[in-house]
Amino acid sequence: MLDKVIKQKLVVIGNGMAGIRTVEALLERAPDLYDITVFGSEPYGNYNRILLSPVLAGEKTVDDIMLNTVDWYEDNNITLRKGETISMIDRRTCEVVTEAGERVPYDRLLIATGSNPIMLPLPGKDLPGVIGFRDIYDVDRMIKASTDYRNAVVIGGGLLGLEAANGLMKRGMNVTVVHLLDTLMERQLDPVAGGLLRKSLEERGMVFKMPAQTQAILGEDRVTGVRFGDGTELPADLVVMAVGIRPNFELAKKAGLYCERGIVVSDTMQTYDGRIYAVGECVQHRRQTYGLVAPLFDQAKVCANHLAMKGFATYDGSVTSTKLKVTGIDLFSAGDFAPGPDKEEIVLQDANRGVYKRIILKDKKIVGAVLYGDTIDGPWYFQHLRDGTDVSHMRERLVFGAANLGDGGVSGQNSVAAMSDETEICGCNGVCKGAIVKAISEKKLFTLDDVRAHTKASSSCGSCTGLVEQVLAFTLGGDYSAAPKVKPLCKCTDHSHDDVRRVIVEQQLKTIPAVMRFMEWKTLNGCHSCRPALNYYLLATWPGEYRDDQQSRFINERVHANIQKDGTYSVVPRMWGGVTTPSELRAIADVAEKFNIPTVKVTGGQRIDLLGVKKEDLPAVWADLNDAGMVSGHAYAKGLRTVKTCVGSEWCRFGTQDSTGLGVKLEKFMWGSWTPAKVKLGVSGCPRNCAEATCKDVGVVCVDSGYEIHFAGAAGLHIKGTEFLTKVETEDECLEVIVALTQLYREEGWYLERMYKWCDRVGLEQIRKRVVDDVANRKALFARFAYSQQFAQTDPWAERASHGVDRNEFAPLAELELA
Amino acid sequence: MTQWIEIGALADIPRLGSRVVRTPGGNIAVFRTESDEVFALDDRCPHKGGPLSQGIVHNKRVTCPLHNFVIELASGQAVAPDEGCTHTHPAKVENGIVWLSVRQAAAVS
Ligand SMILES: Cc1cc2nc3c(=O)[nH]c(=O)nc-3n(C[C@H](O)[C@H](O)[C@H](O)COP(=O)(O)OP(=O)(O)OC[C@H]3O[C@@H](n4cnc5c(N)ncnc54)[C@H](O)[C@@H]3O)c2cc1C
Ligand code: SF4
Ligand code: SF4
Ligand code: FES
Repeated sequence: MLDKVIKQKLVVIGNGMAGIRTVEALLERAPDLYDITVFGSEPYGNYNRILLSPVLAGEKTVDDIMLNTVDWYEDNNITLRKGETISMIDRRTCEVVTEAGERVPYDRLLIATGSNPIMLPLPGKDLPGVIGFRDIYDVDRMIKASTDYRNAVVIGGGLLGLEAANGLMKRGMNVTVVHLLDTLMERQLDPVAGGLLRKSLEERGMVFKMPAQTQAILGEDRVTGVRFGDGTELPADLVVMAVGIRPNFELAKKAGLYCERGIVVSDTMQTYDGRIYAVGECVQHRRQTYGLVAPLFDQAKVCANHLAMKGFATYDGSVTSTKLKVTGIDLFSAGDFAPGPDKEEIVLQDANRGVYKRIILKDKKIVGAVLYGDTIDGPWYFQHLRDGTDVSHMRERLVFGAANLGDGGVSGQNSVAAMSDETEICGCNGVCKGAIVKAISEKKLFTLDDVRAHTKASSSCGSCTGLVEQVLAFTLGGDYSAAPKVKPLCKCTDHSHDDVRRVIVEQQLKTIPAVMRFMEWKTLNGCHSCRPALNYYLLATWPGEYRDDQQSRFINERVHANIQKDGTYSVVPRMWGGVTTPSELRAIADVAEKFNIPTVKVTGGQRIDLLGVKKEDLPAVWADLNDAGMVSGHAYAKGLRTVKTCVGSEWCRFGTQDSTGLGVKLEKFMWGSWTPAKVKLGVSGCPRNCAEATCKDVGVVCVDSGYEIHFAGAAGLHIKGTEFLTKVETEDECLEVIVALTQLYREEGWYLERMYKWCDRVGLEQIRKRVVDDVANRKALFARFAYSQQFAQTDPWAERASHGVDRNEFAPLAELELA
Repeated sequence: MTQWIEIGALADIPRLGSRVVRTPGGNIAVFRTESDEVFALDDRCPHKGGPLSQGIVHNKRVTCPLHNFVIELASGQAVAPDEGCTHTHPAKVENGIVWLSVRQAAAVS
């Protein structure tokens, strides 16, 4: 029925990391703005180029490193033309031209053509067996060569060269690295760190020839060797050129766009032609070109912003940091570490541990850092570097890292704990700790994969994986476990709460052992986490049928009192709606004196708490309270606890309705019901809200014209105001809605999941639809609650005090008088 | 020499549950597993002295009701990562009767 809107056409040249990241960011901001077509020379979806090194080393497969599969393009209505190269941009007609001669029009164009490996102009450079290290094709050829041949020479001792050499070595080749200078990775490392790196690579079997200049590549039909400036030769069946990259801007240049060392762009990632944007390694911004993904992703964000016509972001350039991805070698480098007259250095060298750290300061700020052997503090230094923090106050201990500054503990985990929220964890994607923690807690993430999916952290080079895992562990506490897909109910099973609840109903499972057997529990009788959960699920699913298993109840619910730290108990009699009488108070006073109860205290839920009762006295205490007409207050229960009320229209000059009466009515109807976690209600007689109803699980605020029902508040470990559910006119409707809501929560909540968390998970609208809008459903929920109440509303105290239930529980088995 | 004392009927201890035996040296918790084995331990958690007899029993372990330390019934050892140990006492069942032998060392503490 919708008219098909003619969308603007966005064409992307280059199906690589920067281009597709821009498209992703664009889709997040403006999913329907463009018809998007992506051209890519390579015959794949978008993959993680960075991880070609682990693929070469045999630690990952090509499938592992796919970032956007062909399906992804389809799902997002993007036309992917893989394996097709653009040979010309016609700016006059706003078209791109494919190699096959097809013309494709654009309204906006994004150039993200990356760069090409520099192939030194040496004699023999075109021989078979001489390759660069840039794409899957190159890696395939290297892997093939490693099975057919023995000797490899890698020209270039930078990051790329060393990763190539390491991979080939892992594949069983003899590898010699030829480097022009006498320091490896001289752009990232100082001579000391370079020396340490060389030593540990040599220990692994890598051979170095440096400094050395390559003069010619030898061979007839295929490379057979390499000759150097000093006349020496090395045999070689494979030569990998890794001497650098050259931004790939020929296409742009031919189209008349202004280029220097790359396509020149403004702070908004626009080229000199306002319709044409460019991002990635092909770009030159403020005289800088980049060869690492972190800055490219920053560019992508800005570019997407402008493509989405939300033109406010600007790109101001990036500071970069580097890690070497050779398994087992920890190396980190950031900023500027060349010595200079105005710079100071702090150096720590521990030859035994193989640790070297050099921090370079200028004007009391960190300007560079080189870490070798112990890189855990890399992100921390990098953070201070980028923030320009004045570090003079921590100078003495700076080199020992975050953990030693008193703002953290000692282990890796603690150093994550000590990091500020702004500390960047994933350099590639610019994800800071705070964002990860937030995603973990808000989106309920439990695995590394989840975090990758939601935050992109650790989804590029993967060097930060360890850190991200630490953040996970630290945020989730004991809940973090390896990598389950859904969160299992507990360690005894792989099944989730939802699975268990569903299967109980579907399979008509009616005992804990039956559930455990059917769902193949991994432990004999479960544990203290799952048994109470299963007990609740069965109780809530089969009211009247399931026999409550006392041994699967937490002690408080088993003995109907609250255990205290010294092993005594506290006893809270019910006071309906917080209303009591002189005779009740007298009985409480008598009981307290008779049993020498040390503390009598008023609770936050308008009840009286008798603390310090000995376990064996409990039945007698209850008997006396029962005699005075009082019953258990369920202050210990995952169930209805208290209904807190104000005095309302009965007494208060502002009262609009009988809040006390309504509270009592709710409590009398709902007491005794078990719920996933405790439920507390509040009823206030007017919006002044003296019963603090708007931070309860369910709260009623009376107004002249009726009753506002709120729910999903919390005022414990977390503080959260309630959500408004609906407004009703009569007390009966009010009761019906609240009971139906509670029943829905009983049927769907996970054990120990408070109502506000359940609401977060399921969604307010979903709940409102089923409890408020769908009247038939509301009535059905109400009926189910009412049904289950007939089995729930027996006073557990009376059962135990006068009817001998669980008598054994309260008496010792024996008393011994030992000699 | 082990001196065995009769403390009561197995049936009086719930399966996957526990009962307490009072001694001048403090309470001893006697546990019964699902397969009717019995174990006796001082009723004091190595953490902060919580009454283990009040915990949830699973397999041959009990979870302390105060802060969820899990204790091995056979050895009294806390399950890692927690640390600590509770004294154990020999216990056995014969013809439905539970026998206990109180170790003096434990009873003193
Ligand atoms: C082995 C290796 C290891 C690396 N390790 C790291 C690292 O640890 N950390 C880090 O930050 N960076 C690393 N990098 C660099 C990082 O991969 C690049 O910075 C990043 O991939 C550049 O993204 P891009 O989109 O600009 O270019 P690319 O990802 O190269 O994408 C450009 C794409 O455009 C295509 N293309 C070019 N011209 C045309 C045309 N005319 N028509 C159609 N398609 C075209 C190309 O085929 C290519 O697929 C590494 C690179 C390699 C090769
Ligand atoms: S952390 Fe993150 S960092 Fe570093 S590179 Fe990654 S993915 Fe890249
Ligand atoms: S606030 Fe903490 S210390 Fe106080 S009663 Fe609650 S749990 Fe105990
Ligand atoms: S006292 Fe047992 S866990 Fe704390």
